[in-house]
Amino acid sequence: MVADVAGQTKTAHFFYQLPHDRRRPRALITGDKAFKAFTASVASIVVLIIGLMAYYLYLGSQPSIERFGAGFIVWTEWDPVKGIFGALPLILGTLTTSAMALLIALPLSLGVALALSEYMPKRFSNVFSFLVELLAAVPSVVYGLWGLYVLIPFLREVVYPPIRSSLGFLPLFSGPIYGGGVLTASLLLAIMITPIMSAIMRDLFALTPSTLKEAAIALGATKWEAVKLMISYARSGIVAATILGLGRALGEAMAVTMVIGNKFQLLPSSLFDAWYTMAAILANEFIEATDELHISALINVGLLLLVINLIVLICARLIVWRYLKVVGGIMRE
Amino acid sequence: MERKSVALVGALLIVIVIASVAIWYFMAPPTTGQTGQGPTTGQGTSPPPQTTKEISINGAGATFPFPLYDKWISEYCKARPNVKINYQPIGSGGGIRAHIDKTVHFAASDAPLSEEQLRRAPGTLHIPMTIGAVVVVYNLPSAPKGLNFSGEVLAKIFLGEITRWSDPAIVALNPGVQLPDEEIVVVHRSDSSGTTYVFTDYLSTVSQEWEERVGRGVSVSWPAPRAIGAKGNDGVAATVQQTPYSIGYVEFTYAMKTRLPYGKLMNAAGEYIEPNIESIKKAVEYAAVELPRGDESWSTVSIVRSVARNAQARGAYPIVSFSYIMVYKELSTLPGMDEDTARVLVDFLWWCVHDGQNYAAGLHYVPLPSSVVKLNEDTLKMITFNGQRVLRG
Repeated sequence: MVADVAGQTKTAHFFYQLPHDRRRPRALITGDKAFKAFTASVASIVVLIIGLMAYYLYLGSQPSIERFGAGFIVWTEWDPVKGIFGALPLILGTLTTSAMALLIALPLSLGVALALSEYMPKRFSNVFSFLVELLAAVPSVVYGLWGLYVLIPFLREVVYPPIRSSLGFLPLFSGPIYGGGVLTASLLLAIMITPIMSAIMRDLFALTPSTLKEAAIALGATKWEAVKLMISYARSGIVAATILGLGRALGEAMAVTMVIGNKFQLLPSSLFDAWYTMAAILANEFIEATDELHISALINVGLLLLVINLIVLICARLIVWRYLKVVGGIMRE
Repeated sequence: MERKSVALVGALLIVIVIASVAIWYFMAPPTTGQTGQGPTTGQGTSPPPQTTKEISINGAGATFPFPLYDKWISEYCKARPNVKINYQPIGSGGGIRAHIDKTVHFAASDAPLSEEQLRRAPGTLHIPMTIGAVVVVYNLPSAPKGLNFSGEVLAKIFLGEITRWSDPAIVALNPGVQLPDEEIVVVHRSDSSGTTYVFTDYLSTVSQEWEERVGRGVSVSWPAPRAIGAKGNDGVAATVQQTPYSIGYVEFTYAMKTRLPYGKLMNAAGEYIEPNIESIKKAVEYAAVELPRGDESWSTVSIVRSVARNAQARGAYPIVSFSYIMVYKELSTLPGMDEDTARVLVDFLWWCVHDGQNYAAGLHYVPLPSSVVKLNEDTLKMITFNGQRVLRG
């Protein structure tokens, strides 16, 4: 608050001192107002779109909601022939694969971003940053095809067998290896979200004031200690980048469906087993669905996906705020 | 903080825009009224459509016959520069929805209209345009091509009751073949598809247990514990190819294009039949005698069931189905339809049923037998515009 007030008085003072203040052309002021109106209307379109979308999803899923009610979220059967639809396995599959992908992608993208902004010579890092940004723009179906034809055979032949033989005593790493499955989907998702996360994080690190680093090093900190300081300085931005990645992982349909095995079951027998996600079932079944209730159940899954996204985003924001308040350290602004 | 909210709003915006576009796309059927491309020259080379007016026809539906329809359209329009036909392969379900909503001039579907759908689209004519068949493919290192399967054994494999390749039931069908003692991995379609409908229709016909536990549908609940779902015919083919000891099913055209070994199936006559154009055509010929008229309900038509019931159907491959084009009997009920367009539409369909069939085999589709061509001729003659027959003479 104090900072705000101080800022305001400073701004007012600044304008007051302008000699031409009173003779500012009217056009400039109208332009200002017009721009304000423009931004306001654009912002309200966002709200409008969310509202409309939620409304139409609700409308479309009405038959399913009337028929199944809250049972839709807890039932574990999906049988279009008999008209029984429950989405719990899909919800679990979506949350699990996204969480695992995030767990893998977070350290990976932090490392990439730090390497690009701190450790690499400038001329290399420019090229590499460009490549990372290029990866972020690859369409998901390309990742999916690559996963199906390259990643799956590689994982099944080279990576998974030693994992199973060494860690097979854990139920997580036992059971048959198909190639596709929960772990493959999570890995592919991690590969997909790493570029976008690391591109944002690299920008964040580039924006941290160099005085911060210089001061730390002047005080005798090693490079690693200075970098730790930078990470702590940029952490709210890192969380934002992570949320972006999470959003993409939760909603990814095409690539996931091509590698996850699409098996509708409550829990897979191991990480090598097949599973299913909400977005994947939409991509799979919407096109040829003819039965009213089936279509409605699929739209209901879409509505659930929106709600879950919303909940995850709110939770993430709460965590950020709480984290910033409780843990002191260096604050921006 | 600002960066974060910008990023957040950006992410939300992208998600929302994509989702809303997808929803609009799926909820609102494709609109008609495409802009017709201007003809370069006004001269028509073929007599039937006696107009040089620009005609634009819209169709939508099944993806399975799309390569064939695409070929037909380009061949048909090559000789008629004033005609533009636009076919969108949005899936059979989408095709049926577009037909009911009357947003297309013709719709295509791998399944006939159900009774309920027919009530919402009265006056629909079914025109079987081409034939599909489902082929069982497998990946058994060291085992030969052309393993024998029976419907019952296939149903048990997909139910998860037969779990090993060395199961006595499979061995009994393949005397002298060394089958590995490995667990079977079932590969099925994860996307809803006409291929799955035909395959589950077959399993339901040959196995009481399958019919009770699973049933028939474009997507079903697969009971086998060791199963993976793959997207599309190409996804199933790739997964079978990559997964040793797996078994799956793909569209005939697809099995021909890939080098996967496929199985022979026992038919009601007790023979093991290899899927090929001859054996598939034969199945349609046996089924053709009990087909309804084009303006009747086709909801119960199933070549699979006709062949399975008929112990005399020698040489007929058992998992075969039609792919349909559907039009309204009275074309003037479609919004924006005029007489010239109606005439070109019927002429195009007539051409597909006759000349078009010559292009089928080259693309691994099975051409219609003459009995079905005759049936379609009668159907096309029923089409009217403002009560007047469109096909004259």
